[in-house]
Amino acid sequence: MSNSGNFTEGFSPIQLDVLKEIGNIGSGHAATSLSNLLHKKIEMHVPGVEVVDFDQVMDLAGGADTEMVSIFQRMEGDAPGSMFFIMAPSQAHRFVELMTGSAQGFEDHSEMAFSALRELGNILSGAYLTALCDFTELELQSTVPSIAQDMVGAILSTGLIELSHVSDAAIVIKTSLTDREGREDEFLEGHFFLFPDPPSYQKIFSSLGVCVDD
Amino acid sequence: MIKEGQVVRIGIGDLGIVHSPDVIRTSGLGSCVGIVLYDDLKRLAGMAHVMLPEASLARNQGMKRAKYADTAIEDLIAALISAGASRYRLKAKLAGGAQMFQFTSSSDTMRIGPRNVDAVKENLQTLNIPILAEDVGGRSGRTIEFNPETMDLHIRKVNQGESVI
Repeated sequence: MSNSGNFTEGFSPIQLDVLKEIGNIGSGHAATSLSNLLHKKIEMHVPGVEVVDFDQVMDLAGGADTEMVSIFQRMEGDAPGSMFFIMAPSQAHRFVELMTGSAQGFEDHSEMAFSALRELGNILSGAYLTALCDFTELELQSTVPSIAQDMVGAILSTGLIELSHVSDAAIVIKTSLTDREGREDEFLEGHFFLFPDPPSYQKIFSSLGVCVDD
Repeated sequence: MIKEGQVVRIGIGDLGIVHSPDVIRTSGLGSCVGIVLYDDLKRLAGMAHVMLPEASLARNQGMKRAKYADTAIEDLIAALISAGASRYRLKAKLAGGAQMFQFTSSSDTMRIGPRNVDAVKENLQTLNIPILAEDVGGRSGRTIEFNPETMDLHIRKVNQGESVI
């Protein structure tokens, strides 16, 4: 990893593969736990790990203006970072409906709806991080989830602040969970965005025995 | 004849300038701040979408200067002057600097919105550029558009509609 210039320019293909594997393993476990919670078959998609500029991060999430519901948690411990689970408002509504059994869903923004989404965040990030800890042997915990419904650019930029000190680009570890069983208007879909803080990359690579300096 | 203008879009950590009848827009400001500097006589305006308060630690590392409040303002002024603006007519309007998430741990990253706003204001004050209007802080994302014909800054928030400052 190069120390001069842009932090994100120096990643090797092997290192990017490692990050992809982390997204794979983490969201695979999250998919299983979501499956158990909702008694539905949940599939996982790993579109890959990309190094993109900040505007493209927002495009990957639907465009900076697009209104989304997000569950944000900080990862704390050996490799700190930010983790988002992002869904369209209609999807947040479906998740809350399925979890609470109430047709009210998320539209009324009731305390029950918020706590259902926080619970969803805890279950998903718990599974994701447990898998990550087993894989890397690092100690990681997540903070209490924070929910926001707003423009996705405004939400995700929070996760880019740490990185923006050292880079004009971001490594996007994006994975998606979907349920493609039912009718199209009943699909469930949500996306993880994982942004490790800059010093965390080295810790992740070292823990897996991946060469840090090319 | 009314000449239709174009919308010039400014990305995150970027800046640009427009002449009337074009308008200039940036989308999805959260903790970031949208800075508009304009010369009302020349109908000329510049906008920056800044993410961080200052470039001090990164000045020599080849990163985008428009990402930081201090260097973005410097570069906006230079771009406006070379496009014909008068340094002494420049005025400012600001929007953004929200805190999107509430956390018990008051880490610096979580307080970045207010810090960005403070940095922008300090820099503008040092340069004697008056701030004629602002819509900063709060907990909402903003999409903003400035029209150098009317000097209006349009601000859109989710579920709160549009306002003009």
